[in-house]
Amino acid sequence: MSTTAISRNPRHSADSPSPVLSLINITKKFPGVIALNKVSFDVRAGEVHALLGENGAGKSTLMKVLAGKHQPNGGQIFLAGEKKFFENPKQAKKSGIVLIHQEQSLVPEMSVAENIFLGSLPLKWGNRVDWKKLHADSTEILKRLKCTFSSRDMVSNLSIAKKQMVEIARALVFTPRIVVFDEPTASLTDHEKPVLYDIIRNLQKQGVGIVYISHRMDEIFHLSQRISVLRDGEYNGTLNTADTSEDEVTKLMIGRTLKLDHASKPREFKENMLELRSLTVKGVFEDISFNVRKGEIVGMYGLVGAGRSEVAETIFGLRQPSAGEILLDGKVESIRSTHDAVARGIALVPEDRKDKGLILGMNCRDNMTLSALGSVSSMGFMKTSEEKVVYDKYQRAMKIKTPSWRQKVGNLSGGNQQKIVIGKWLHTHPKLLILDEPTRGIDVGSKAEIHGLIKELARSGYAVLVISSEMPEVLGVSNRIIAMYEGRVTAEFDGDAVSEDKLVQAITGQYVTETSGPAHSASA
Amino acid sequence: MASIEQGKQAILLNKKYKEGLLNFLSAQGILVFFLICMFAFSLFSEQFLSQSNIMTVVRQASIIGIIAVGVTIVIIGGNLDLSVGSMLSFSTVLVVDLHDKIGPAGAIVLMFVLTLMIGAVNGLLIGFMRLNSLIVTLAMLSAVQGLVLIYSGGKNVDIANQSDTWFAIFGRGYVLGIAVPVILFAVLAIIVQVGMSYTSYGRRIFAVGGNPAAAVYSGIRRNWCVFSTYLISAFCVACAALVLGSRVMGSQNNVGQGYELLVLAGIILGGTSLLGGAGSVWKTIIGVLILGFIQNGLLLLGYPYYTQWLVTWVIIILAVWLDLANKRKRLFTTHS
Ligand SMILES: Nc1ncnc2c1ncn2[C@@H]1O[C@H](COP(=O)(O)OP(=O)(O)OP(=O)(O)O)[C@@H](O)[C@H]1O
Ligand SMILES: [Mg+2]
Repeated sequence: MSTTAISRNPRHSADSPSPVLSLINITKKFPGVIALNKVSFDVRAGEVHALLGENGAGKSTLMKVLAGKHQPNGGQIFLAGEKKFFENPKQAKKSGIVLIHQEQSLVPEMSVAENIFLGSLPLKWGNRVDWKKLHADSTEILKRLKCTFSSRDMVSNLSIAKKQMVEIARALVFTPRIVVFDEPTASLTDHEKPVLYDIIRNLQKQGVGIVYISHRMDEIFHLSQRISVLRDGEYNGTLNTADTSEDEVTKLMIGRTLKLDHASKPREFKENMLELRSLTVKGVFEDISFNVRKGEIVGMYGLVGAGRSEVAETIFGLRQPSAGEILLDGKVESIRSTHDAVARGIALVPEDRKDKGLILGMNCRDNMTLSALGSVSSMGFMKTSEEKVVYDKYQRAMKIKTPSWRQKVGNLSGGNQQKIVIGKWLHTHPKLLILDEPTRGIDVGSKAEIHGLIKELARSGYAVLVISSEMPEVLGVSNRIIAMYEGRVTAEFDGDAVSEDKLVQAITGQYVTETSGPAHSASA
Repeated sequence: MASIEQGKQAILLNKKYKEGLLNFLSAQGILVFFLICMFAFSLFSEQFLSQSNIMTVVRQASIIGIIAVGVTIVIIGGNLDLSVGSMLSFSTVLVVDLHDKIGPAGAIVLMFVLTLMIGAVNGLLIGFMRLNSLIVTLAMLSAVQGLVLIYSGGKNVDIANQSDTWFAIFGRGYVLGIAVPVILFAVLAIIVQVGMSYTSYGRRIFAVGGNPAAAVYSGIRRNWCVFSTYLISAFCVACAALVLGSRVMGSQNNVGQGYELLVLAGIILGGTSLLGGAGSVWKTIIGVLILGFIQNGLLLLGYPYYTQWLVTWVIIILAVWLDLANKRKRLFTTHS
């Protein structure tokens, strides 16, 4: 039965079938929630063990228990046969357990190198930090990760994908026994993923046990030897990856097979809602021209750093164009602030929910209504009962899992936080909805529902612009696709007729169509 | 094995117990400390819990309280205001000096306008130019003190005819047996608390203090929000100056000196975090009253008034420490 699994990983599984790590009957309670109920889980040396489950199933919590961040209310942890009790993350780290967090935990005011070596800075002469060694070692690790930024860069200046790479770099400081990746690819594009896969395979070869959490089935099947599923805080079974199928796993996760998103794409387009004419922000992107019609979904595809988010931020008033025009509803508009943008009916779901999307210390309801306070207040006074109605509506529509609206958003699981951000912007009833990586961290079931929601919105007349690094998502929802490469639009495709190859060429700068305009060929 | 098991269980239990105690201490520690002090004071001084003494304490605390209400809003919005001390000097000197020159009504109006202008300068520098609030208001603290000295030429000011001016009502008057300063304090506190809890304005301030970037991404005008908190703070200082000037009917150039720290002490004692995005006016009121009672108790016990500075310092350190201990779930840090 396990022969196929072993064959994928010839060096270790065969001779070390007994797990290096066992979690037995772990229980963890939070006020109002039993996040984990007697969950058992184990990892073998040199294996990738995938951990799956819906948003809020308890995956991150289980791994935080393992890494000493939470102390369990019951259950035991065995590492290499030895019973462990971690009072804090430091102890777990000392035992060789590294957790790559889902919600990034970097210190923004520090350099990349300091973040990578946080808590284990190289010293010389007793207590001085050895800066030379620090940067040399960091540069070495960054090179292995094929990162292009410097170890001296400030973390606060990095994009979310680069931050994720720094987070991953932390795992390579010393050879650990167990590495947990909690949705490492959620903020990476297809470009960075292979690097991560290589790193994981290398760790495997060294006999490191790996836990891999992701909502992307293709990755799970690509990387893992075994798959375990959590459901509502309970253990729901383990499968050998080689002997199972996506359908079987999905069924274990959500109790039914996935009804694919059959809602068809919108078909009726009216006049232009948004039109960009040679929009330029110096040094960021140049000469961007495209339009989004009412009732249409336009996808924007490209690599990290292609300038997609920056275009969105410019439309949303966060950056001022140095040249070019933004037309809304046929009129040239100058959007000086986000307040202007919201007043003109523009909504932006930002890519970075923790830093830009949510007030983590605020409760779920208040976060949900924050962008449309006018709709739930009269004469400046909040109408809390109406706020509750709004909250309930989106909580139900997107199945947001939380004990009550009073829960602080910071205590929600990653995927549920994302749903709050989406709900928050849907409630503004925008004329132009811009979604930057809308389904980051969202489970397969909810993903289909959110895609359905987006299409429904377009059908009812909204203009929608979707930025995504996931090709299936872009292809699945867009009527048209704008490809960007290094701050320029390289091509525009029909969303139903484009091939994946062409898309890939376009975002790597190898394909320039006639639709991209004469400005490009002139400057090329 | 069994003994290890028991040991671990004991650690777990001990930990639970310690966490419970910590939670209790951090939530109620100041209150417990306060009650112990009250009890101790009342043992040594019969006067302490008398109705007239309590009213006196509340009345005296109201000036600090009025200012603290405003500064609480600034702090919830994620900034600091250290300039309130010398602003209080400025406003008090101004209103007292102008009283005899242009009459009480004109003096009050002009004083409010000028105080709000100082607040607006703070607001512009911090809200719109995004300068660090600590530095801006600290600089403002000394700048305004200089302004006071220039204005008064270093002389103290007072009101010549103190017995028949209606200006006396703000500091010395009573309505229905309650001192006017206390009424002013209460009304201001209620209005501001209601504003913070039940209006969209309050929601925005909490958002800006909690996560400024996310607030901007939500379409909130962060600049204006921060600006407005400094106007509120200045307005509260002007009200406090009204009470102070009217009570003493004269003013030294430095009456407000040290108020910024007392105000901050009250706010921290109440438990409002200096990080922003959280806190309430109620907490501040409790903090300010605790401070007032402890100072009064020390005086009644016969300690010279400057001991209160030392005691205040101890209390602040205690409050900050317990707050931090709660966040890291232990009393002492193990990190080097
Ligand atoms: N610190 C906390 N306080 C209160 N509740 C919490 C806390 N952390 C997690 N929870 C709750 O525990 C449950 C499990 O959360 P967890 O983050 O483990 O989910 P997850 O499986 O990682 O989901 P996702 O796929 O969305 O990341 C959720 O209902 C969440 O609200
Ligand atoms: Mg998670």
